[in-house]
Amino acid sequence: MPIPEPKPARAVLSYLTQIQAVADTEIRKLRRDPSELLTRAFQPVVWLLLFGEVMANVRGLNTTGQSYLDFLAPGILAQSVLFSAIFYGISVIWERDLGVLHRQLVSPAPRSALVLGKAVSAGARGVAQAVIVYALALMLGIGLSFRPFDILGVIALIWLGSALFSTFSLMIACLVKTRERFMGIGQVLTMPIFFASNAIYPIELMPHWLQSVSLSNPLTYEVDGIRTLMLQNGLSRYGLPIDFAVLLVLTGLCVAIAAHLYPRLAE
Amino acid sequence: MSEPKAVIITDYLTKTYGDVPAVEAVSMTVMEGEIVGLIGPNGAGKSTLIKMLTTLLPPSSGDALIAGYSILTAPAKVRAHIGYVPQLLSSDGNLTGYENLLMSARLYLVPHHEREERIRSALALMELADAGDRLVQHYSGGMIRRLEIAQAMLHEPAILFLDEPTVGLDPVARHGIWKHMRELRDRVGMTMLMATHQMDEAEALCDRIAILHDGRLQAIGTPGALKADVSPDATLDDVFAAITGSEIAKEGSLRLIQQGRSSAHAHS
Repeated sequence: MPIPEPKPARAVLSYLTQIQAVADTEIRKLRRDPSELLTRAFQPVVWLLLFGEVMANVRGLNTTGQSYLDFLAPGILAQSVLFSAIFYGISVIWERDLGVLHRQLVSPAPRSALVLGKAVSAGARGVAQAVIVYALALMLGIGLSFRPFDILGVIALIWLGSALFSTFSLMIACLVKTRERFMGIGQVLTMPIFFASNAIYPIELMPHWLQSVSLSNPLTYEVDGIRTLMLQNGLSRYGLPIDFAVLLVLTGLCVAIAAHLYPRLAE
Repeated sequence: MSEPKAVIITDYLTKTYGDVPAVEAVSMTVMEGEIVGLIGPNGAGKSTLIKMLTTLLPPSSGDALIAGYSILTAPAKVRAHIGYVPQLLSSDGNLTGYENLLMSARLYLVPHHEREERIRSALALMELADAGDRLVQHYSGGMIRRLEIAQAMLHEPAILFLDEPTVGLDPVARHGIWKHMRELRDRVGMTMLMATHQMDEAEALCDRIAILHDGRLQAIGTPGALKADVSPDATLDDVFAAITGSEIAKEGSLRLIQQGRSSAHAHS
């Protein structure tokens, strides 16, 4: 039976259904085996408990009126989003080797819907990570904001950040196609993205050239947005509209490029 | 009875990797309701040909019309009209059979109110009704293959492409798959193009057989006609040897062991 010709409203609904097809299976698998989420939760614990507690005693860090732990917690949340999303491509290479991906690629679903499905499920992982970081931050006495608007804003930022870094990861996966090469590139990318950002120190401490790098690093805007909304006394440096706009535009770009490259995985 | 119509027409379809031709100027036609077998040893170009016809791989030159749509200019339309059972076991082991089918139903936009019914009847047709809620990683090889056929036919495609549908299965499971393929053809008149390197499979299922060797289409015809051309009591193996100058059994045996992962990396 041929697929009916889409009418405009129906076309949108169809597109969403095809995104859901991919996202839903990913989320089902995550619910069935959440062990990965728990092991990933370990890293933020180390950063906040070990690194954070020590660095809080350094006097020279000017964190604009916030305690260092307050300053650090949103950065670590953004970091956990980055780290879990940036290796997302490896699961797609795995699916390619198994042949699961071919099944999606012979379906009439637009490639961008397949990529967005992955992005949405990466967002769900990110939000699950956030719950753990929030719980930890609460135990450390960090002044979290629980205003509904702030919470929704943080969720939106985590979803966007996860979508951005996971589709960026998909792009790389489409280009390198093997797990070994991908792991190498993933390792090379994560640390510079993390350290050349405002995640664990204010960028004013950086030399000038590094400051400009940080300002063109999307993680900086992810952190800035989360820092604004996650904390009771959060203050945005660049403004929330800028934070959201940067993430949205780059996500759109990455989705478009990844969708264009996606069929290469089946060749 | 309406006129039988051609649902697959390939026109000098070619794929080269560097200087090496994997498929060279293949022109053939498959009529509605036919089961056509692509026969050839490993490296003959069967999988490459099927990947081009299913729009997974862009051809280097030439074109093909699938259900009336060009793989070059209307690949999305082509995909809407075909089902594909890949060489690799492509079901997701971490999902249940039902969940695998649910994903297909959504990707192919099976109307919401029909989903449940279609999934249940596809499971029943493939004799998986009781296994639908079990994780696919606990299925046997034959069950996974049947699930994949169920996935590929869920949206009632006009044409089903199968790449080595019974490789690695035990004889009972193989005959089970054959039975289901025949049923699909007889009940809904589904056209099938199937790659295989097993002569008995081609003989048991196919209305016509296309022999592929070194990327070229060497011969195409009914099993009877192909055999009659060689000698009165020829087997398909004899036909193959006469056409290609080699025996498929020799070239094909190693692949049984290497089947699977190796081919996934072949052109990466």
